Amino acid sequence: MRKILLTLLFVLFGTTAYADGHCSKPSGSINILANDFPALRTFVETAKGCKGSADFKVTHSSEHNKIAVPALTANPSEFSARIAANSSIVPLMNQDLIRPMDDLVKKYGKGIQDSQLITIDGKVMAVAFMANTQHLYYREDVLKELGIPVPKTYEEVVAASEKIRASGKMQHPYAAAYKAGWNLAEEFVNMFIGHGGEFFKAGTAEPNINNAKGVATLNMLKKLASLSNPDYLTHDSEAIKVEWESGKVALMTLWASRSGTLLDDEGDAKITAATKLTGPATVGGGNIPAATLWWDGFTLAKNRSDSDAEATFIALAHAASNKKMVADAADQAVWLVEGFVPGPKSIGVIEAVKMGAKPYPMLPQMGLMHGALGSEIVEFLQGKESAEQALKDVEAAYISKAKEQGFL
Amino acid sequence: MPNKTFFWFFLPTGLAMILFIGLPIISTGIQSFYAQHDQVVKEVKKCDPFGCTVSIVVDQEATSILRDEKPLGKFNGFGTYIDRNHLAIEQISDFWKETDTFGEFINQVTNLPFYKALLFTLTYCLFVTPNVLLLGFIIALSLNAISRKIRGPLIFGTILPMIVTPLVGSLVLFWMIDAEGIIGANLQLMMEDPYLSLKSSRTLTWITIIIYGIWHHSPFAFVVFYAALQTVPQEPVEAAIIDGASRYQRIRHIVLPHIYPVVTFVALISLMDNFRVFEPIIGFSAEGSAQSLSWLIYDNLVNEEVILFGSAAATSMMTIIGIAILLAPVLIRTWKEFRTAR
Repeated sequence: MRKILLTLLFVLFGTTAYADGHCSKPSGSINILANDFPALRTFVETAKGCKGSADFKVTHSSEHNKIAVPALTANPSEFSARIAANSSIVPLMNQDLIRPMDDLVKKYGKGIQDSQLITIDGKVMAVAFMANTQHLYYREDVLKELGIPVPKTYEEVVAASEKIRASGKMQHPYAAAYKAGWNLAEEFVNMFIGHGGEFFKAGTAEPNINNAKGVATLNMLKKLASLSNPDYLTHDSEAIKVEWESGKVALMTLWASRSGTLLDDEGDAKITAATKLTGPATVGGGNIPAATLWWDGFTLAKNRSDSDAEATFIALAHAASNKKMVADAADQAVWLVEGFVPGPKSIGVIEAVKMGAKPYPMLPQMGLMHGALGSEIVEFLQGKESAEQALKDVEAAYISKAKEQGFL
Repeated sequence: MPNKTFFWFFLPTGLAMILFIGLPIISTGIQSFYAQHDQVVKEVKKCDPFGCTVSIVVDQEATSILRDEKPLGKFNGFGTYIDRNHLAIEQISDFWKETDTFGEFINQVTNLPFYKALLFTLTYCLFVTPNVLLLGFIIALSLNAISRKIRGPLIFGTILPMIVTPLVGSLVLFWMIDAEGIIGANLQLMMEDPYLSLKSSRTLTWITIIIYGIWHHSPFAFVVFYAALQTVPQEPVEAAIIDGASRYQRIRHIVLPHIYPVVTFVALISLMDNFRVFEPIIGFSAEGSAQSLSWLIYDNLVNEEVILFGSAAATSMMTIIGIAILLAPVLIRTWKEFRTAR
């Protein structure tokens, strides 16, 4: 955590002499699988600038999680690299689908900073290039008019939203990505960590969510949901972004990586001007934020020839150490690359780090827990069952899946 | 046709069926009996931009030895079938002992993922299939009675719902019923309830999906019925008119018996299709309120970051068995009729 702060500070006061990342003109075949948002497109585009004579292909897809494991299991695998994050690197590690890249880092990774390296058991398994988190966005004009201070805790978010609703200005003043499935589970993870919860009993894969912290988490989610658009269970990040831009929401929890599109010139200029960012909120009197820190980085496929891996690494390392890219696209993400000067759109992530936010748990069985949460807590939010019953269901669903996967 | 000719005639199709349908089903069946090996995990130091922690990872060396020995995994028998996420035998017997009233017991059972999905799937089948048959038949009758000049364009318009890709069709409706959409917002105005949402209420979501299902499937029934109506002989109909039979009586006693085999056919196909309901759940983002058996399979295969092959295979096998049970009465009846006809 301190590392990132130091990096950011160093970057702030560091050199401003921009130089292109190193590029040693690779040859071979490069094929990249990545999620689809502006920063990643910029990153891959920059990597393409160093493709040399190699054949360069990329697949940007928001369904990347569904493709990754099957595509990398094939031998030779469809993709030579996969842009992953804390959570999505886990299935790749579980199935042994990515290769350590210490030798490549030594040979070609000149501009990459040590803080960018994701090492597991001493081996470099990924190179991170950007950080992400979910944090609060607020409408300065609305809060000012009603004399509401910028909320620092979720309890204050609830109070502020109730006040806005009572004023008649907005019917559903709060928004967060509560779409049943991955998104909703992610909100639970954030809130549970904010309450100081641990998902598993220490040192085991036994679930540990059916307790007072779990109940408090669910109750907070329900309170927030009641202040959101009634269709919240179908709204993902993109949908709430649209809601925000139509001026129907005054407080929102959203990914930092979306701030770029929220604050661009498109849409109502008045709303854009009044959109302000602040750090993630805490909850239940805790001092760490109810949010998780994420990194995005690249991994290299194991089932692919060494020469392709080398070519892919050269191109991607060129982007992951590219000062010109982070200067030109400073608005798009919080880059972990040397030369990045954080702007106003990076406030959320920087605040989260300062407040001591925890990274998303990188555990082999976490994906199963996340999946179980996404479907089993819906009925509680709909008011069909009690918090205890919902948590019991999550644990039971998780245990069956974990048994099938051999974790229990 | 002599049996020998039939054999050679059927051989290519038969081979293709074995290769592309039979073998995959057998492979799915085998997979459903296996679970993953016990995961060997080890503690390691993990470092990322946010700091270092001691955490666990899967021990690849130990795991690969296990995997090489038994690539299919650990034999689990019917373990996956009876676990909590499928038939949940153990849980159900516990509920039976613990609950006081039958209603409470049913509540508990339908809270289990498999039964929840089965309940929706069956409800969908039971409402959509008869309505599709009825609506398709009524449309076919009406169009058959209309002047030939405008029949062409009307038929085209009627089969449009079938031409539209299911996902696109459901997405269009999904946006319209959003709380900010044209139908959703107007409903709120009409009911004077700003919290009314078609998508957050389970009952309303089910109704929406069922209506969508009827809309989407009726054209198929219509096309087949319309074709069948063209074969209804005119003489008995005319004779019935002379005898003073009403329109209803003519349909009931002449048309329906004539096209009866076609009705059976459409009912069979519809049942099979509806039992595998899937696209509208994705299109309507209705995972929260409505889950079908097909959706469960999809969920096991793609929604988790870990792919649950055993679970997905077990649900697939049970879906096949479910369809077989549903179709059994119709098939038995057809078989009996075939026997008496000979």
